[in-house]
Amino acid sequence: MKKILFIEDESALQKTFGEILSQEGYEMIPALDGQTGLKMAKTKKPDLILLDLILPRVHGFEVLKQLKEDSETKEIPVIILTNLEEIGDVDKAIGLGATTYLVKAQYTLEEVLEKIKKALGK
Amino acid sequence: MELVNFKKVLSQLSILAQCRRYGLSLWQCPQFLFLIMGIIIIGTAVIAYAIGNRYIEDPTLISLIILLLTAILLIITFIIIQGFERLAEANRMKSEFISVVSHQLRSPLSNLRWAIELLMSGRIGKIEEKQTEYFKILKENNSRMEELVSDLLTVSRIEQRTLPLKKREFSLENLIKNLILEFKPLIQASNVEVKFKSEEDLPEILADPSQIRLVIGNLLDNAIRYIPARQSPGADRPIAGGKDKGEVRIKLEKKGGKLYFEIADNGVGIPKEDKKYIFQKFFRSKNVLKYQTQGSGLGLYITKAIVEKSGGKIGFSSQEGVGSTFWFSLPC
Repeated sequence: MKKILFIEDESALQKTFGEILSQEGYEMIPALDGQTGLKMAKTKKPDLILLDLILPRVHGFEVLKQLKEDSETKEIPVIILTNLEEIGDVDKAIGLGATTYLVKAQYTLEEVLEKIKKALGK
Repeated sequence: MELVNFKKVLSQLSILAQCRRYGLSLWQCPQFLFLIMGIIIIGTAVIAYAIGNRYIEDPTLISLIILLLTAILLIITFIIIQGFERLAEANRMKSEFISVVSHQLRSPLSNLRWAIELLMSGRIGKIEEKQTEYFKILKENNSRMEELVSDLLTVSRIEQRTLPLKKREFSLENLIKNLILEFKPLIQASNVEVKFKSEEDLPEILADPSQIRLVIGNLLDNAIRYIPARQSPGADRPIAGGKDKGEVRIKLEKKGGKLYFEIADNGVGIPKEDKKYIFQKFFRSKNVLKYQTQGSGLGLYITKAIVEKSGGKIGFSSQEGVGSTFWFSLPC
């Protein structure tokens, strides 16, 4: 069973994604802040990371930077799932090594699921 | 405390930073203009002294009078500029407020929409037909809120000059065709016929496709929505031109080295007295409110800003009770 680490401080969203991902046969590992997310990425070795940007304790960009600098986690594909879309945000995330940048307001749940499957090569 | 004040004075002296903060070009920036004016006034005083020294018996007295008048002028100007600065600051804070609130509203709205989508998908239990109806109401109203928040964010970006434009070459004709397909449910529900006529072999345009899509989407949405349905309850007048069906005609052609887009409808039209306000923020024409109460009045403001930022021009002609024609041209 493939593991997906979801670093997101909105527990409502954790619940929604937990449900849909488990139905699709994935194991979702929730992390409610950046620091816990970084720790989980190293200990749980997920196949994919879904990362929000506005996070408590460690900002999403910093999480992404540290993930890509660490030899243990740098190969894990990271999908940014955020509502932040100011000038330069997308370029910055892609520059830091994110696989895809999704603005929550622009995607349906099924479309996000498709992107996840694609990133996992399914 | 003194250190803070010193920093404040220093930041005031950094004219370039001040102008950037207000999103103004150098020649529109009060601080820069104030500096230029000061240099001119001081220069005038020095020249006056030089002339006075040569031709007048007591040049010091005259120079002192000129210097005194100059100082008074500078003080008055400084007070006026302070007033402008306060206005600009208030405007900037308003835009930032909209931006912060919009961002904060976006997350719960996305959470809500995805939860509704999950419920409606039937993934966590079968949904009765009656329940589906109410879920649809929830989803539609959530979409309306998301659109409003998105419009507010766009307005805030336009005002803060941070609206991103990712230009690339694309076919406007294809974009229009796809949009018409997307609008099909609204077109059918509104009993409107949409006709699209395009000149052959049109060149591609260099612009941001997502922003131009927003522009055409807004114009198409307005054209369809402001045709009152003849058969709908509450419509108190037939469609203009004696037609049974609402009609929206879209035209795309090359004109004077530019790509020219035109959208004409036989809707309610714009009253003469409202025409000058039509591209203003939050403006909604009174006759439109009779038929369509939904809408924020931001669409045309955003549309105009995007067209102009893309190097184009926009305009319209309209007659109340007959219909409206909106057009824009973009460089190609």
